[in-house]
Amino acid sequence: MAVDTVKPAAASSAAPSPEKTRREVNLLAGFGHAFLAVWALLIIAPLVWTFLASFKTNEEIFGDAWTMPGALRLDNWARAWSEAHVGQYFLNSVFVVALSTAGTMLLGAMAAYVLARYSFWGNRAIYYLFVSGLAFPVFLALVPLFFVVRNLGLLNSYVGLILVYIAYSLPFTVFFLAAFFKSLPNSVAEAATMDGASHTRLFFQVMMPMARSGLISITIFNVIGQWNQYLLPLALLQGEGAEEKWVLTQGIANISTSAGFDADWGGLFAALTMAILPMIVIYAIFQRQIQSGLTSGAVK
Amino acid sequence: MRHGKYPFVIGFLAAPVTIYVVFVIAPYAQAFYMALTNWRGLSPGRFVGLENFTRLFQDDVFWKALQHHGILLLALPLITIVIALFLAFMLNVGGGSQKGVMTGVWGSKFYRVVFFLPQVLAVAILGVLFQAIYRPDGSGMINSLVAKVGLEPIGFLINPDLALWSIIAVLVWQAVGFYVVLFSAGMSNIPKDIYEAAMLDGATRMSMFFRVTLPLLWDTLQVAWVYLGIAAFDAFAIVQTLSVDQGGPDGSTTVIGMEIYRNAFTYSKYGYASAMGVALFFLTITFAALSLRVSRRESVEM
Repeated sequence: MAVDTVKPAAASSAAPSPEKTRREVNLLAGFGHAFLAVWALLIIAPLVWTFLASFKTNEEIFGDAWTMPGALRLDNWARAWSEAHVGQYFLNSVFVVALSTAGTMLLGAMAAYVLARYSFWGNRAIYYLFVSGLAFPVFLALVPLFFVVRNLGLLNSYVGLILVYIAYSLPFTVFFLAAFFKSLPNSVAEAATMDGASHTRLFFQVMMPMARSGLISITIFNVIGQWNQYLLPLALLQGEGAEEKWVLTQGIANISTSAGFDADWGGLFAALTMAILPMIVIYAIFQRQIQSGLTSGAVK
Repeated sequence: MRHGKYPFVIGFLAAPVTIYVVFVIAPYAQAFYMALTNWRGLSPGRFVGLENFTRLFQDDVFWKALQHHGILLLALPLITIVIALFLAFMLNVGGGSQKGVMTGVWGSKFYRVVFFLPQVLAVAILGVLFQAIYRPDGSGMINSLVAKVGLEPIGFLINPDLALWSIIAVLVWQAVGFYVVLFSAGMSNIPKDIYEAAMLDGATRMSMFFRVTLPLLWDTLQVAWVYLGIAAFDAFAIVQTLSVDQGGPDGSTTVIGMEIYRNAFTYSKYGYASAMGVALFFLTITFAALSLRVSRRESVEM
């Protein structure tokens, strides 16, 4: 331990009296507690307010913001679900995200594994090709991407959208998992090879299970990222019949932009609540993995 | 090594590399080329060399956007890091010493979960949410309270002097939780006995923070600064969903991403938009490289 830069704070003589310290501690703690509570309130209040607004009528929404809804109007939810097609968009999102996350994890893990544990010509070049994708702003590629997808005949199709989601999730996935696969011990791999396991078998039966915690973290990260994706579906799901294929964020954005003063605001907030709630539930269940996963990716 | 290595390596890389090159690398490469043409979407573009870039440097809107990035670049990291550091300190060592172990304040588990929550919400949702919060009359969440105190309602998004700061507030609101977790991870790596020693020497929490936590957290802070700086260049989605009139009022919130989007999708000036994108790319890269270099400082060994 070399902590010379850290002066052992206040060596004896400068040490404040115990009483003074206690007062200072109490003051700081009081202020700290208040600030923590205020910040928590700043996060919870808008969400609770949205939830309450999902039961309000237009008149209530444009009245005083802090009054309770007059009745539990579940018809707002029913309208949002069926007439505004939130139910449909929701299922579309689930479908697209399920397939593209699965694809991202399989392809990302394969690439990361090979790049992390095999030495071959071009290894570094391919690795940096993947990582460089982290530095580009997505909207820069939007126009050319549109034409690439159109020329492949994949515009306004889920296949196109899913392939694009996978492609844009690969940089971070490969970056994160390569570091993870590198950290796995060699001995197990060697033992399996001695027992006659092929490369493919080694990957699927030994390495994948060993990398489970890393795979879970990055899966959650990709689910959140792809679920919240807004720009890519906007650019790629257009044309005839596109509205039926829209994903949730697209649907919400559309409801909100088409909503004027005569629009169905209660329905909008019901739709918003429907979009927020599943994320909160998933987050509450997995919050430990989400937090540790995201930060370990950031620090590495 | 073992036999059959190359077929295996190629087999495993073929699909991911192909998808990545077709859908990511090829579009970006085209964008870089497009920046040198005057392509407008209909007829094939003519190669114009650096003309787009010379035009860019005479474009007042571009400079205004750049100025906003300057404000973002200072304000976003500074405000976010100060708040997140304070919260993380309270959550990790704010509770003082209990049976020889530094603990967070009461309820820190709950706070940790809540603070991170905005991170999982989609930008499209945040846009709708904060439009309701900022609404300029008594039906807005904040202005309803303002009216109760008897003050004039505040035009958060429609006042040109306030609009950019209202948007920065949303960015901070969303980002803080992530950095609380990041700093908590950094703080948990600081050996407890350093705090114990400082505690025995009668250090106040204030001096513990400035003399123990902060120096030992330097690396993490540096990462945070770079991340937030890149986010400052990347602030597009929230501007698009929140600002009135796409970067307004009167261009007071516009950012480069917004201008790229507008030039490409509203005016079909694809060549010019791509030139902006290339400029943005080099700005981001330069910022990341510079800040890593400048803030490099001898880290404390443990």
